[in-house]
Amino acid sequence: MSAKTANNTQDVQVKKPVARKDMTKMQWTLKEMRRNWFAYIMLAPYYLIFLTFTIIPVVVSLVLSFTSFNMLEPPTFIFMQNYIRLFLDDDIFILACQNTLIFAAITGPVSYLLSFLVAWFINELSPKIRAVVTLIFYAPNIAGSVYMIWSVAFSSDSYGYVNGLLLYLDLIDTPIAFFQDADYVMPLCIVVALWTSLGTAFLSFIAGLQVVDRSLYEAAAVDGVKNRWQELWYVTLPYMKPQLMFGAILAITGSFGFGGIVDALAGNPSVDYCAWTITHHLNDYGGARYEIGYASAIATVLFIIMIGANAAVKKILSKVGQ
Amino acid sequence: MARVSKLRTRKHTVVLNRSRGGDAGIAFFLIIMGAFMFLPMLYTIMQSLKPLDELWVFPPKFYVTSPTLKNFKDLFKLMNQNWVPFSRYLFNTILISVGGTFGNLFLSSMAAYVLSKIKFPGRDGLFQLIVLSLMFHQTVGAIANFIIMSKLHWVDTLWAIIIPAWGSTLGLYLMKQFMESSVSDAVLESARLDGASEIRTFWTIAMPMVKPAWLTLIVYSFKDLWNTGSTIYVYSEQLKTFSYAIGQILSGGIVRSGAGAASTVVMMIVPIAVFVISQSNIIETMASSGMKD
Repeated sequence: MSAKTANNTQDVQVKKPVARKDMTKMQWTLKEMRRNWFAYIMLAPYYLIFLTFTIIPVVVSLVLSFTSFNMLEPPTFIFMQNYIRLFLDDDIFILACQNTLIFAAITGPVSYLLSFLVAWFINELSPKIRAVVTLIFYAPNIAGSVYMIWSVAFSSDSYGYVNGLLLYLDLIDTPIAFFQDADYVMPLCIVVALWTSLGTAFLSFIAGLQVVDRSLYEAAAVDGVKNRWQELWYVTLPYMKPQLMFGAILAITGSFGFGGIVDALAGNPSVDYCAWTITHHLNDYGGARYEIGYASAIATVLFIIMIGANAAVKKILSKVGQ
Repeated sequence: MARVSKLRTRKHTVVLNRSRGGDAGIAFFLIIMGAFMFLPMLYTIMQSLKPLDELWVFPPKFYVTSPTLKNFKDLFKLMNQNWVPFSRYLFNTILISVGGTFGNLFLSSMAAYVLSKIKFPGRDGLFQLIVLSLMFHQTVGAIANFIIMSKLHWVDTLWAIIIPAWGSTLGLYLMKQFMESSVSDAVLESARLDGASEIRTFWTIAMPMVKPAWLTLIVYSFKDLWNTGSTIYVYSEQLKTFSYAIGQILSGGIVRSGAGAASTVVMMIVPIAVFVISQSNIIETMASSGMKD
């Protein structure tokens, strides 16, 4: 036993460059960096662009959120003023927060569950049928602005398919203006968003289910797993945790970034701000009113909400299969 | 009622417990959901094939009785009425899609190779940044991005769309995960011992082994760029995209509703066709997409 352990440590020492005793950690790191200089050269072009257009903007937003800035004059530091105004003085922002959270709380989990359930249900179909079903469920997600068809089907005159049908069946007397009526806009936008939401996470689940080690099911059956639900909970889900995590991240990001669908269907701004979201508020102040500092504060709040949601979901997922 | 079904795989025949009730329930669920997903797509196609008198009939019909391609002809007529020729919009979209995709493919796979196959200080931190970027939506940085673009004098040029696409993260993430699981270190090591440079090892050995991943990256990047609509970075009409032009036609109201549906069909055919061709490769790539903490 002890001989084996000794052997293992030796192996590790041979394979991994371990910090040597004759230099400090800093010296060793520098030496490793110099040895791998080519790696940094190869990474540089990608990271230059990635950092410039993805990471730095977030940092810039954070900094600008403490300033008053209109693009013309240099920014002036006003500390928490933007945030105070945002949470105490801006009723529409509070409304936007509510709408965003409602929307995200419904579309995120539902699209996630739907992606997983459909992927799981089609897992045992034959490969050809599975490919066709995959296409049917995935198509709305890749087909660009095809969700505009919902505004045709739900159009506000009697020639819209839904209104026409309701009129024909004598359920209503006058056509309903679905996308101009505050009662309908949110639910309809949620339905349309769900319709387009089976995306990358869905494909990831399909693939993940395919690579679960089949012998585990056999072993589980021997151990007394009785039905597909037990199999799911005790075998499949624990095995698929990495995919579940990846899918969750994409579901969260997707559920907060749906402004485009609302604009296309309900117009911008939607009637009575009934589907006004944080994204809209951000674009309004940043793009239309040039209150960059204030818009940056909105962006920062949105950023914190999304990262917070990710952290919460990570915690929940760690309980899967226990 | 319990039924024993067999799951056949190459190596094992696994005995699974499956109830008929469960099978029926699943089939029911899939049919309902499938109809919900598919009918709007079918409706789009139907609308695009309807002649004018069928579009304006009461009660509205789902199916088309005498299909016609007139809407598609109208679409091209409408597009040519615009003062910016339609071909210009299409050219912009193709330029963005192709330029953005290939830059992204080259830079991402090079970075993915380094992140998955070379050990160097700072590697984990750099990859965590990529994972972090998947956690928030691009709109968070949109305002600051606009400032950066204007400092670079890229506002109102197509660079503002193409260059950021080179640094998009989902493709890199998938590529890196796939390389990690399917490119063997031993092969790379022997190439290095033979004196091949890192860039040569990357290009001639690693890249051919990850064909599914670069197909996936191409599909994703292409799909996103193809659907580029109006952005805050570009305002000149002659730099606008196909998707934007189609949106304009759609918003043209009642008279154009047939042409609108036709335009949607034109827009959706390309990404769907690309997906159909590459589906098995994408699924293969996704098998390694999981996120280990």
